[in-house]
Amino acid sequence: MNFDHDNTKIDFVKHRNKFFIFSGAMIVIGIILLSTIGLNLGIDFRSGTTIDVLTNNAPISSEEISTEFAELGYNPDDITIAGNENEIGRVKFIGALSSAETLEIQAHFEEVYGETPTVSTVTPMVGEELARNAFISVLIAAVGIILYVTIRFEFLYGISAIVALFHDALFILIVFSIFRFEVNIPFIAAVLTIIGYSINDTIVTFDRIRENMGLEKKVKDFKDLARVVNKSLVQTLARSINTVLTVVFAASALFFFGGEAIRTFSFALVVGLIAGTYSSLFIAAQLWLVLKSKQLEKRKKRPVEQSEA
Amino acid sequence: MKKNRGVKKGRIAVFFVIVAAFVALIATNVMDHANEISLGLDLQGGFEVLYEVRPIEEGQEINRDLLSDTVASLNARINVLGVSEPNVTIEGDDRIRVQLAGVTDQQAARELLSTEARLTIRDVDDNVLLDGSDLVEGGARQSFHPDTNAPIVTVTIDDANKFGDITDEIRRRTVPENRMAIWLDFDEGDSYYEEIMKEDSKIISDPSVTQTLRTRDIMITGNFTIESADHLAGVLNAGALPVELEEIYSHAVGASLGERAMEQTIFAGFIGIALIFAYMIFYYRFMGVMAVITLSIYIYIVLVVFNWMNAVLTLPGIAALILGVGMAVDANIITYERIKDEIRAGKSAMSAFRAGSRRSLSTILDANITTILAAAVLFYFGTSAVQGFSVMLIVSILTSFLTAVFGSRLLLGLWVNSRILNKRPRMFGVKEDEISEL
Repeated sequence: MNFDHDNTKIDFVKHRNKFFIFSGAMIVIGIILLSTIGLNLGIDFRSGTTIDVLTNNAPISSEEISTEFAELGYNPDDITIAGNENEIGRVKFIGALSSAETLEIQAHFEEVYGETPTVSTVTPMVGEELARNAFISVLIAAVGIILYVTIRFEFLYGISAIVALFHDALFILIVFSIFRFEVNIPFIAAVLTIIGYSINDTIVTFDRIRENMGLEKKVKDFKDLARVVNKSLVQTLARSINTVLTVVFAASALFFFGGEAIRTFSFALVVGLIAGTYSSLFIAAQLWLVLKSKQLEKRKKRPVEQSEA
Repeated sequence: MKKNRGVKKGRIAVFFVIVAAFVALIATNVMDHANEISLGLDLQGGFEVLYEVRPIEEGQEINRDLLSDTVASLNARINVLGVSEPNVTIEGDDRIRVQLAGVTDQQAARELLSTEARLTIRDVDDNVLLDGSDLVEGGARQSFHPDTNAPIVTVTIDDANKFGDITDEIRRRTVPENRMAIWLDFDEGDSYYEEIMKEDSKIISDPSVTQTLRTRDIMITGNFTIESADHLAGVLNAGALPVELEEIYSHAVGASLGERAMEQTIFAGFIGIALIFAYMIFYYRFMGVMAVITLSIYIYIVLVVFNWMNAVLTLPGIAALILGVGMAVDANIITYERIKDEIRAGKSAMSAFRAGSRRSLSTILDANITTILAAAVLFYFGTSAVQGFSVMLIVSILTSFLTAVFGSRLLLGLWVNSRILNKRPRMFGVKEDEISEL
């Protein structure tokens, strides 16, 4: 992916309203989805019991697992078959099992398959606490980022970067809501990774805009700003694409080969990383352009203030 | 260009020496480091206990606040064990489940968790002489007996005079009643004469007192190993549990699932890294080779540092590692794109390298500092899994800065300054016709 900086003319700015409308519509639909059907919360966020039964006669069918449980007198709420050779039965019970029940189940499956099933029972308190805590930490981090970017760049860059950050975090929540993927604690880690990447990517793009702003003799109006933004985006395009490609390589390797346990986790990473690149190019930079041009217009109307500043 | 200066072969030799040294270093101990890293419960399985919470005193109400306090004390104790990312969850109204990954000595862990850590010093008639309220908070530590060098635990008390008065009183008693019994978790109804006969006694030691001791430091000798003395000191510092814990169920979590997950994850990691390497070499040619070398060193250093920190690798940790690889690659990419820009603008390889390196530094710095800032906030305000993520991220970013900025620059600099790459833009992934005439 080579982009000749002088001759490549891609007008990112021209289509900015389409991006805003696309992202805006998606977020509105997303918020409606999140507030109606919500997220498919995993065991970390609901009281219940998950039992992973590793069997020694793959492939196993959910009927077989179900029969085994019926023999013991249990009726699982959900059974999924996992593993490369379909050798794992993941059984869920909403509501906690007593320790006697757990022991009974474990003893039974150990006898049948020679492997002790993994049983995890939780109340949602810890998961909820973790999620709430992560959310608050992200809010505080956002303030910190705005402060740093304001010092090193300018306040408007900070605002735009944070909008892009929340855009990406929300995007991944929406995707998970639509596809009904299970939200668990590793998912929170994935969201944090995406936020980290989103900041990094946005700052690199902004750094080039800042540099090109410094090179411009005079930036008077929207047209000048648009030219700078377009130029900067073309200049960083090769880097943006190459970087996201390499990270997506790592995340998709985990998705395809990493096994059942981290599949949703790596899926969240892949989607989020792509969203992160999209938002840096099409949301953060464009938003900054709009905000900055508003600021320039204001200054033009009040030349007295400008001279004071 | 006017002067026909030759290739400085010495610099290329230095390059190969550096690379050979790292290859030797990595080849000899990378597997040791990789195997030493402890894995979280989600990756390797582990050990778990379910406790029922019972009140210590009659009339004590078991409520959410009390349970939360208990969880906090348990977490403090688990830190003594050196297990990071423990999973302590409240179940139902009066149960607490503790999941520990990578704990090898389950018995020691169990004792450490369930002891109430109520230290009392009593006379032989079980009258309290000193209790936990006389101890200085956080004043317990493991040390060695000055005469015998045996491991002991030292605790500090508030008031040297109080201890002086007590020892003065005890020493006047007749043998064998001049003893101070140091109890852990004395329960109503226990008695000195019965307990001291037991093999697994609640009395840590019962020194006889022959002189008045006006001191604030009390040495507790006992049948300690360094480790058990260290654990006791840690537990005393972590504070007493507000409740009594009854172990109702314990279980080693099926490790075969975790093992499989880990094998697959490592395999996937190798594929991902191989893809990144292939892409970097394909796209950045010679510079890509440099990137591959520095990225390999980066991965090695992260493993070593992670091992040094005794941290436990979990899924969130792997996520941070991937992000770290991404940022290390990104630092390389930013620099190389800048160098390509400069070459396209018609600069020589040497000046393009210098200008590209200089101009990319502030970009990399700003991007990394912003991300570290976010990671630090997550670490400070976050809890277990979030903290594990942020620690790994901070380690990764600092290492990537070291390797991708300085390492890459050093290695590429050796080649560029040897002049062997002069007038060979294709080695940088730039075609001749892209170069604008000056």
